[in-house]
Amino acid sequence: MTYNYLLAGIRFFALVLAQVLIFNRMDLFGFVNPMVYILFLYWFPVRENRTSLILSAFLLGFAVDLFSDTMALHTIAALTTAFLRYPLMRFVFGVNMEFQNFRLSNSTRVQQFTFLALLVVVHHLVFFAFEIFSLSNLLLILKRVVLTGLCTFVFSILLTSLFAIRRE
Amino acid sequence: MQRIINFILRNRSSLLFLFLLAVALLLTVQNNALHQSRYFNSANWLTGSVYNTSNSVTGYFGLEQENDKLLEENRRLRRLLFNSEPRDSMELDTSGIRYQVMTASIIKNSYSKPDNYITIDKGRADSVVQDMGVITSRGILGIVEKASRNYASVQSILNSKSNINAKIAGTDYFGSLTWDGRDYQLVQLEDIPRLVPLQEGDTIVTGAMSSIFPENIPIGTIEAFSLTESQSFYEIDVRLINDMTNLKQVYLIRNRDREEILQLESDVANDL
Repeated sequence: MTYNYLLAGIRFFALVLAQVLIFNRMDLFGFVNPMVYILFLYWFPVRENRTSLILSAFLLGFAVDLFSDTMALHTIAALTTAFLRYPLMRFVFGVNMEFQNFRLSNSTRVQQFTFLALLVVVHHLVFFAFEIFSLSNLLLILKRVVLTGLCTFVFSILLTSLFAIRRE
Repeated sequence: MQRIINFILRNRSSLLFLFLLAVALLLTVQNNALHQSRYFNSANWLTGSVYNTSNSVTGYFGLEQENDKLLEENRRLRRLLFNSEPRDSMELDTSGIRYQVMTASIIKNSYSKPDNYITIDKGRADSVVQDMGVITSRGILGIVEKASRNYASVQSILNSKSNINAKIAGTDYFGSLTWDGRDYQLVQLEDIPRLVPLQEGDTIVTGAMSSIFPENIPIGTIEAFSLTESQSFYEIDVRLINDMTNLKQVYLIRNRDREEILQLESDVANDL
């Protein structure tokens, strides 16, 4: 239990620092900055209660916001994604996740990728909708969601395989 | 009562979500009002020192380029110096100088968002205050938005809230410089009347109406222009001279007459 908290804490700081010091400076094609801190929500323990998930998502978004001068955009996006995480998991993993011994690492590759992709889509939609904040720019929002989303997804997969949890 | 408590307990995560969402929305609204919020920006000590540490490592990359830029600027200044009229006496009294200039290093740059802020490594302790002008050796960069003790946050010209007085070089036709958030190499100059003769490639510089920047600091060149719907003003796309993606050293400009100008302007406004 303590191990889990410690792990979550390390992930929190490592992801925030990686985000603001590496990924925020990427600017691929001039505007694409992958938002890999979303992996925190992907890796968050399944059994942990939703209250602590929502609280830590708020703090995570707030920390990234503080560094990138985008006050509360990341917070809103991370918070909403955290709130929708449970329904998304239900959708992807179905009844399997009701079992006591369900773990992310036990599920199939396809399921893991779908789950991650859904998290990315929800997060980026909320983020860019609030960032640009007017429907006249709908096309711009979609362009950014698609391009940034793809990059986030690719980098996240690379990171998950780099820091894969060993299968028991 | 029991039912209410039960209801709250049952939906505590949803309620917590709604509460935190409200907090976040409030912060967004507060931040989108004219000025950035006082504490929640990257110029506070925590984010400032993280960026500073990272910059002390990455700062070494590109030193050669930085050197070339400085050399080029020195060459330009020397040419001006050698070709200026020699004075017969040195001026020793510096109290008449209108603009004070300081230097600073950028520790965080950003150009891909609709509202970009740049963080620099000088703050109140180095007498950086709000509304100082920030330029590079090549041209204009932005205006100091907030200063903490050791760091300051600069509102870049690549910011939807940015509004700077600019004119066409060599004339006195002025307009305001804004950014539509689309391309980090192009900013927009508005309110230039249609009778002004324009040509692609004309230089745009800072205007004299600004109490922040000295006149004639380069901004960019005209990329394209068209008339607005009302047919009475031009909409001009200006290609920036500064490469906004590659910035390290900046100059901070303080206009010592600014307080006096602002005081005068507010007095006049109050009298009306």
